[in-house]
Amino acid sequence: MPKKVISGNYAAAYAAKHARVEVVAAYPITPQTSIIEKIAEFIANGEVENLEYVPVESEHSAMAACIGASAAGARTFTATSAQGLALMHEMLHWAAGARLPVVMVDVNRAMAPPWSVWDDQTDSLAQRDTGWLQFYAENNQEVYDGVLMAFKIGEHEKVNLPVMVIESAFILSHTYDIVDMLEQEEVDEFLPPRKPLYSLTDFDNPFSIGALGTPADYYEFRYKIAKAMEEAKKIIKEVGKEFGEKFGRDYSQMIELYKTEDADIVFMGMGSLMGTVKEAVDIFRSEGYKVGAAKVRWFRPFPREELYELAKSVEGIAVLDRNFSFGQEGILFNEAKGILYNTDANPIMKNYIVGLGGRDLTVNDVRKIASNMKKIIEKGELDKEIDWYHLKR
Amino acid sequence: MEIPADVKKKLTIPAEEHFYAGHTACQGCGAALGLRYVLKAYGNKTIFTIPACCSTIIAGPWPYSAFNAPLFHTAFETTGAVIGGIEAALKAKGYKVKGEDGVMVVGWAGDGGTADIGLQALSGFLERGHDGLYIMYDNEAYMNTGIQRSSSTPYGAWTTNTPGGKKRFLERKPKKKVIDIVIAHKPAYAATASVAYPEDFMRKLKKAKTIKGPSFIQLFAPCPTGWRSPTDKTIELARLAVQTAYFPLFEYENGKYKLNMPSPKKEPKPLEEYLKLQGRFKYMTKEDMEILQEWVLREWEELKKKAEIFG
Repeated sequence: MPKKVISGNYAAAYAAKHARVEVVAAYPITPQTSIIEKIAEFIANGEVENLEYVPVESEHSAMAACIGASAAGARTFTATSAQGLALMHEMLHWAAGARLPVVMVDVNRAMAPPWSVWDDQTDSLAQRDTGWLQFYAENNQEVYDGVLMAFKIGEHEKVNLPVMVIESAFILSHTYDIVDMLEQEEVDEFLPPRKPLYSLTDFDNPFSIGALGTPADYYEFRYKIAKAMEEAKKIIKEVGKEFGEKFGRDYSQMIELYKTEDADIVFMGMGSLMGTVKEAVDIFRSEGYKVGAAKVRWFRPFPREELYELAKSVEGIAVLDRNFSFGQEGILFNEAKGILYNTDANPIMKNYIVGLGGRDLTVNDVRKIASNMKKIIEKGELDKEIDWYHLKR
Repeated sequence: MEIPADVKKKLTIPAEEHFYAGHTACQGCGAALGLRYVLKAYGNKTIFTIPACCSTIIAGPWPYSAFNAPLFHTAFETTGAVIGGIEAALKAKGYKVKGEDGVMVVGWAGDGGTADIGLQALSGFLERGHDGLYIMYDNEAYMNTGIQRSSSTPYGAWTTNTPGGKKRFLERKPKKKVIDIVIAHKPAYAATASVAYPEDFMRKLKKAKTIKGPSFIQLFAPCPTGWRSPTDKTIELARLAVQTAYFPLFEYENGKYKLNMPSPKKEPKPLEEYLKLQGRFKYMTKEDMEILQEWVLREWEELKKKAEIFG
């Protein structure tokens, strides 16, 4: 298998190429730009065939063009970031509502104001309720693998929903790392051409997509999406397992558990910060602390069952949120707590708000968080529920 | 109903229907007529995109469709982008687009969805040169939401958010000339058309299918509900709009303008004949009418000059 030292953005572009996407519509925004630039380069170099590139005039139109293309049966890809994703918001609902499996890479970037181009998960998490599946990549390898799996999962007849693959601004998008790429034939075997359930090109049986849904029917349309999301959990695990068996990198767990078997304290989070956390876990383990990491790969659909299984066996969960829902708390924390209510799993949970707008989270920071959690567990009570960890005081 | 061969021979537009009875337009709806002609011209090998507008409703709720052709309902401001995406998909998948036996990609949007919220996507569609047709059916207000003014509403018109009354809070701005904005993009083909002149409209539709690159047609489509006009006056109104030069028929191709007026040399009829048939102009004073008449003639002279110079 060819190994390449590439950025997260290039990993995304190569994955789109290897997935043989047919339509790419995109609008430039930092730090996403190098994804679409690389795809344009593939076309210019004659490295791809039957790929139409639509350089649209806004992100809103990028998603609109993608849904049009997807409705006409094409395998469709785009990428964006922050403000661009926010501008797309309306059309994200449209893609999911019309059951169009568009795949999009979102480069997590903080929302303005103040202007920021650095990492923060608020942009993608604000799209939580649009009906998109969300995969958070820890490193460039996971960006590449995630995009390939996203097509297979989203286009699965039992899912038929759009999928967002999320990578961190600069930490992944512009940082070079070794990525194990697949041969084109391997990808072709894993990911055959898209077979749409329906297409606007069915001229003999014309129908309309997205017509007015009256109160007599709208409700059922929503239920079918809800059901497809539940079904997607099974498909995600199947596809993740198949990927592991074929290529050696297993994605059958929706929450990647790292040294949690006998752990008292688990650090839970999403995306690139979990790389740092795993490194910290290794160090603490060597010092004799029973800690582990739980990386939430799929935020939508949320792996409720996997979280419950984990929560049953640990004493405390430190949820690290690189995001914040104003007026409430970190979003992953909020979700995780909600899931465990009404169950018999009742670990102490504390929310650490970290890394907003690109602030670094170091191994030493994780150490401080670990010792704080240790104290809490020894005492058996929380000092406070939400900790703005980096706050300058 | 079977049409006798001798009658069929005399028809100036195709007898085949691809726009079914049972659609839900109001009586006398110009837009419904327009849709019927487009479907007659292109048949079912056509992919339609319709944003939020009256036609969303006219086509019928799920699971019904009055169209014998695939139809994608989309968000208000996205017509230009969606038809661009559909065209790109067809090309990537190896379909023949346009031409005699090719697939026709049609965006069908109202004046609000075109002149206002959809203008950016329309501009993108034109500028990138997609092989498709964008039809703006112009009924001069947001009719589906209850008759609010759009930038295509004419000076002096009553709408529900320019309601007239004591303070005379009427529309005070002239109609936005979307066709001029379109032509500034130097599209492959642009034209105005009217439901009162179906042969002219059909000819333009056929032309749009043969020309490479993006086409745009602004179709004048009266709305009895919003215009406060009798439902049997739709064609008469649409014809008067042309005869008064309020909505002149012309086409633009390769930098050239061509007038398609029934009698382009005849002097336009007085605008009042057109205005007085519509309740929406009832708040206009004599002075208002003069202002609008003056605007119409000025625009008409300008258009004639363009046709003369760039004919």
